Amino acid sequence: MHKGIAITGIGIISSIGNTVDENFDALQSVSHGISRVELLETRHKDEIMVGEIKRSNKDLAYELGLKATHSFSRTALIGAIAAKEAINNAGITNANTYRTGFISGTSVGGMDTTEKYYLTYKKNGDNIRFIQAQHAGFTTQSISDYLGCNGYVSTISTACSSAANAIMLGARMIKAGKLDRVIVGGTDALSKFTINGFGTLMILSNEMCTPFDKNRKGLNLGEGGAYLVLEHDDIVAKEKKKVLGRVVGWANANDAFHQTASSSDGEGAYLAMSNALKVANMNPTDIDYINAHGTATPNNDLSEGIAMTRIFGDHQQTPIFSSTKGFTGHTLAAAGAIEAICSLLSLRENLIFPNLNFKEPMTEFSLVPETQLLSKKIKTVLSNSFGFGGNCSTLIFTR
Amino acid sequence: MMDPCFINGIASISAQPTTNPTSFLEEIISYHQPIFKAKDPDYKQYISPATMRRMSKAVKMGVTAATMALEASATSIPDAIITGTGMGCKQDSERFLENILHNDEEFLTPTPFIQSTHNTVGGQIALGLGCKAYNITYVQGSVSFELAAMDAQLILSEEPSKHILVGGIDEVAKNSIVLHTYDEQIKDTDAVDVMNLLNTKTIGSVSSEGATFMVLGSKKTEKSLAKIIDIHTISKATPDIIQEQIETFIIRQGMTLQDIDTVILGNNGDINFDHYYTSLQTSIFSDMEQLCYKHLIGEYPVASGFGFWLASKIFTLNKVPSVLKVNQIKAKKHINILLYNQYLGKDHSIVLLQKC
Repeated sequence: MHKGIAITGIGIISSIGNTVDENFDALQSVSHGISRVELLETRHKDEIMVGEIKRSNKDLAYELGLKATHSFSRTALIGAIAAKEAINNAGITNANTYRTGFISGTSVGGMDTTEKYYLTYKKNGDNIRFIQAQHAGFTTQSISDYLGCNGYVSTISTACSSAANAIMLGARMIKAGKLDRVIVGGTDALSKFTINGFGTLMILSNEMCTPFDKNRKGLNLGEGGAYLVLEHDDIVAKEKKKVLGRVVGWANANDAFHQTASSSDGEGAYLAMSNALKVANMNPTDIDYINAHGTATPNNDLSEGIAMTRIFGDHQQTPIFSSTKGFTGHTLAAAGAIEAICSLLSLRENLIFPNLNFKEPMTEFSLVPETQLLSKKIKTVLSNSFGFGGNCSTLIFTR
Repeated sequence: MMDPCFINGIASISAQPTTNPTSFLEEIISYHQPIFKAKDPDYKQYISPATMRRMSKAVKMGVTAATMALEASATSIPDAIITGTGMGCKQDSERFLENILHNDEEFLTPTPFIQSTHNTVGGQIALGLGCKAYNITYVQGSVSFELAAMDAQLILSEEPSKHILVGGIDEVAKNSIVLHTYDEQIKDTDAVDVMNLLNTKTIGSVSSEGATFMVLGSKKTEKSLAKIIDIHTISKATPDIIQEQIETFIIRQGMTLQDIDTVILGNNGDINFDHYYTSLQTSIFSDMEQLCYKHLIGEYPVASGFGFWLASKIFTLNKVPSVLKVNQIKAKKHINILLYNQYLGKDHSIVLLQKC
């Protein structure tokens, strides 16, 4: 087992809290953030349940100290709040002291802004500063400019595995000595675009989502942003930094089965998990807890569960696992980073956060998720993120 | 120094006829409007009609250019698929968005949504090849192509035996592209002599589309066209800082400015931002052969991938089409070619390619 890449800061905003502390409080008191849509304008308000952050864009912009003429989309606002917390947590005062990068995952970037103004854009109009929000990279640059990161800035968009891939790339770049420090994670805001997109695919639940339940009806979309600061061990030693955990394993594979659906044998997920174990130089028995992708769609949970049984075996042999999407909803591109932080909190507190709303085991395998808040010594967590386009990614974290 | 990284096959679809492997810009198409499309190759040779029916332009261009590059490098299945795109699958995104807005979120079908994600092209290539390997998509404006190539270099340093498919794709979408005439990205005029783009001295550029794919490996093969020495990206900088960064970049390679034979620059005729190039053209690049290409293929986020294609052609054919030249200096040899590109003063890339 190699030592892995040090994590020295974390920041998060989701429907269960505006900070790491608030998110932890909600997780340990088992209070979810799933509700009806209240802020976003959509005709589907009363049909679906979502993980919505109950704060207006104006309020978020005020917290960031932005001028009234700012061009931040909601996705950028959420991302900036989480990234700012992460760098403060890491004790970074100048983003350019070391070779510092910023890598952010997003699915639709500033779509929340585009869909608001698209039909009203006109020559010399007030809103033309938002036109660039069409580019996902513009969202990332809004955040990197805010943080003062001007060097290596990158956006990864592999749908719902984007942030996991951002964390993986950051870890690889530090390992290879390309960067000394990198802020990695992802952000996505609720939008009509994604609500209607997943709606047309008939995978949105009108109730609280029930990951790994036999009668699961689909996912609850969520919104959120989460970032981790990864630093080279030389900086950690030099500045005597507190290490919150380490990224030790990572892998990305493609299911190559269907543009949106996952294969019935979970091949992509299987490859991602087994290759991540290889990178970490670990055996399946070394994993203490799995934070599953577990979106609660019929297809995902089946494919992921099958892949888990291929790696670990039956229920007795599989580590304790849960999906925390019952708390936050599926935050799409941000999910990998939000769940990385859940995993780090599990490691820090020796607590496993429950898989909410589960009632009845699936018939296709013997796996049953953990449904209670559980105190248990944990050294190693495996976290999965899968997305459209067959993208499957796995990360492994240790203390 | 970077680990060795060779371009073992490359293909480019652009507004010019660039898909014939034996020709090199002998025939040039002139455009006279600010938004123009790619010159389509015969997609039927690469994609079955049934599959093609559902494909947007980005997917068609991407899958075709990827196939061409794989064939050129004699690679059947790559060990990773890495794509870059500034705007992604804009046609399907636009279609789905407009359906939502015009029909008040009713009567929607999932197909445009499914195909709207930025990783659609990478996913479709994987699906077509049955390739289960590493697959990722970078979406960072005008450095999207370079970030994809940098990830490939990183993989080759981790696992030198691999062969990586790297590509950039951007497509024109009817309505959302027009918005860029409002915010000064595209020239607000119906008629523009694109061949004369670099001398227009007006605000904005012209917009087009295209795809460039290449296969990278750590070993030189008989198919090798060029060696990628290093790539550096900068999110935001002033022209002065860019000049410093280019000088530092060259020193980092153990070279001096005199070692650079030719520079390929991303000038796009936007009077607000072309000074990023002209300040270099009149200073550290003043004694070098200078080439430009956006008056031929237009501007789009991954247009800079065309620079990789140009350099590969120049190395292997040992000639420079005069239509590219923007100064009087003729390089005596073509060993080291430096690429510099930026867009709206952001997402700068500096690339050094070498003859191999």
